Amino acid sequence: MTMKASNSLDVPAVPVPTRGHVVRTPTVKIRPSRGLLHLDLGALWQYRELLVFLVWRDTKVRYKQAVIGAGWAVFQPLISMLLFTAIFSYLAKLPSDGVPYPLFAYAGLLPWNFIAQATSRSGTSLVGESHLISKVYFPRLIIPLAAAATPAVDLLCSLLMMIPLMLWFGMTPGWQILLFPIFLVMALLAALAVSLWFSALHVKFRDVGHIIPFFVQFWMFASPVVYPISLIPEKWRALYSLNPVVGVVEGFRWTLLGQRAPSLEMMLPSLAIVLLLFVSGVIYFKRMERTFADVI
Amino acid sequence: MAEIAISARHVSKQYVIAAVNHDTLRDRFAHACRSVFGEPATSEEGPRTFHALNDVSFEVTEGEVLGIIGHNGAGKSTLLKVLSRITEPSGGEIDIYGRVTSLLEVGTGFHAELTGRENIYLNAAMLGMRKVDIDRRLEEIVEFSGTQQFIDTPVKRYSSGMYVRLAFSVAAHLDPEILIVDEVLSVGDGAFQKKCLGKMDEVRRDGRTVILVSHDLPVVANLCQRAILLRRGNIVGDGRPQQIIEQYMSEAFTGGEASLADRTDRYTKHELMVQAIGFLNEKLEPVQPALSGQHLVVRVHYACHVRKVFENMRVMVVLNRDERTACILSTDVVDRQPLTLEGTGFVDFHIPHLPLCGGRYFLHVAIENDTLTQDWVQYAAELQVLDGDYYGTGKMYPHDGWRGKGMFVDHSWKLERVD
Repeated sequence: MTMKASNSLDVPAVPVPTRGHVVRTPTVKIRPSRGLLHLDLGALWQYRELLVFLVWRDTKVRYKQAVIGAGWAVFQPLISMLLFTAIFSYLAKLPSDGVPYPLFAYAGLLPWNFIAQATSRSGTSLVGESHLISKVYFPRLIIPLAAAATPAVDLLCSLLMMIPLMLWFGMTPGWQILLFPIFLVMALLAALAVSLWFSALHVKFRDVGHIIPFFVQFWMFASPVVYPISLIPEKWRALYSLNPVVGVVEGFRWTLLGQRAPSLEMMLPSLAIVLLLFVSGVIYFKRMERTFADVI
Repeated sequence: MAEIAISARHVSKQYVIAAVNHDTLRDRFAHACRSVFGEPATSEEGPRTFHALNDVSFEVTEGEVLGIIGHNGAGKSTLLKVLSRITEPSGGEIDIYGRVTSLLEVGTGFHAELTGRENIYLNAAMLGMRKVDIDRRLEEIVEFSGTQQFIDTPVKRYSSGMYVRLAFSVAAHLDPEILIVDEVLSVGDGAFQKKCLGKMDEVRRDGRTVILVSHDLPVVANLCQRAILLRRGNIVGDGRPQQIIEQYMSEAFTGGEASLADRTDRYTKHELMVQAIGFLNEKLEPVQPALSGQHLVVRVHYACHVRKVFENMRVMVVLNRDERTACILSTDVVDRQPLTLEGTGFVDFHIPHLPLCGGRYFLHVAIENDTLTQDWVQYAAELQVLDGDYYGTGKMYPHDGWRGKGMFVDHSWKLERVD
């Protein structure tokens, strides 16, 4: 009784006949969860610092004992850009919709690298942290969130590299740059949507761990990263834009490089799919979360 | 009456055995195909459930230190995991009043590449501590762990002792109102364990609520005010630790696990075998746990499975603790009388003053002669010893730091002045 400042505040101001019969609200209520969606955003908010710590840990560990450290976040897309320019522009002569190919590729690689990394890391994150899951409680969503947020740090670093590149090619962004954050969020949501599904499935089916690398490879070819969307025949466009990355990459190119605006018929399916996958991913994740510790 | 800290009502937890670990897409696919083609599911594929917890209800009042004991598989860990919210109960409700911290191990989430300081933050955040609180207590944590010099070194370069000290130090500074602890006390060396126990005692004296799961019965006896005994997911005993421990020990040796006679993990000629081992006091009543200094009788039951007289045999009992032999009892060294065994019977070893100090001992038993081993069973029995007044001086020995170490030896002393 003596040191319970927090609980004595919860005691209602009702005359209490005897001690021990005070109606108190439990700090923690443990019940078997029922129903489809029990988000418990409060718990997620309560553990927000852990999310930050986990992102910080992964970022730190990744660049530890590496001579150029976080420089890799910038070098990797730069090297890919040069490679892609050599192969797809110089050798394969792919068009780039009137933008210098290196810039075109870099603007596509920014979101793609992020989504690919987030998917492969976050998709296997729960099993990777199985030790935590069986030993300590915190909202499990934190784990895939943190794993997806870590490549976002890289994305921000490589985004900075975009500035000297654009200066070099003498390009200035137009007013559309103001809409850029929308597509950044869309990229985040797209990565999370897929990761939530993968990570929750991976707990039960380890096959997912083997599928993800192929999936990511296939996904890149199904996205306008190295080639422009104009290469896709008109009649296939609608189907093509069901790939959420299509909307994201087009959005990045439009807002950063001022290419022609992506058509609404293409943006809407991408956006719808992202939202659908994300919401269903959260629901599936929360449903499976109950048994993670038992199954993992 | 103090207020309720934890109230658990009708808590149950079932596991579906078949689904765990065999769930690959291929299995699912195969199963789906079979159901499509109308093949009935084999009995093994039916949802076999295992009741890890069965309608468990209990209350813990504020400031109470509750020990939970039981055999492996009795549901201790499951209960702890449910209380810690690591896994959900299948039924029932639990209300917890106050900030809870669960320590199922020390150093959860420690990352080898990070420095000691960084790991403190990470580990503490995982256990639910806020950054401002960690900032505030950082000095203390580092100080307590005694790793000041190395606090900015990656923990992969730490000795295992330093690692554990740092990890425990974080745990010790969490300041929860309710602490749920698994066998964390059993890690580390003796000095470290002592520190842990000291900290636990401090937590208790602060009036905080503690739930402790332990195999270490003396710890439960010393620290807890109340104990709960679990058996196959049910609470079968709830009361004073000493009483519950006795209940637990008496259960342990009246069935439950495979009896010694039925055990097959032994080296034997199947002619002459050890049937059972019993621990008795001088009145030949069963005792468990034993007390240091007490008159203890170790009774070894044997049975000859062939009509034969075994001459010049010896019965030997090796007492082990922490993988090291503590002492050996043997029929052939204490006197010259030859031992002849036939039929069934038992050999009693009398130890007038049990020289073992508190702890858990294992007995390995052999029946053999100089050339041939008839039967040899390792880990044949377990003996719990509680620290007792061996020297009859009213003093508990060994003192805290040496508790659980060494043996008692009768000795005297004399002072002489030379000057």
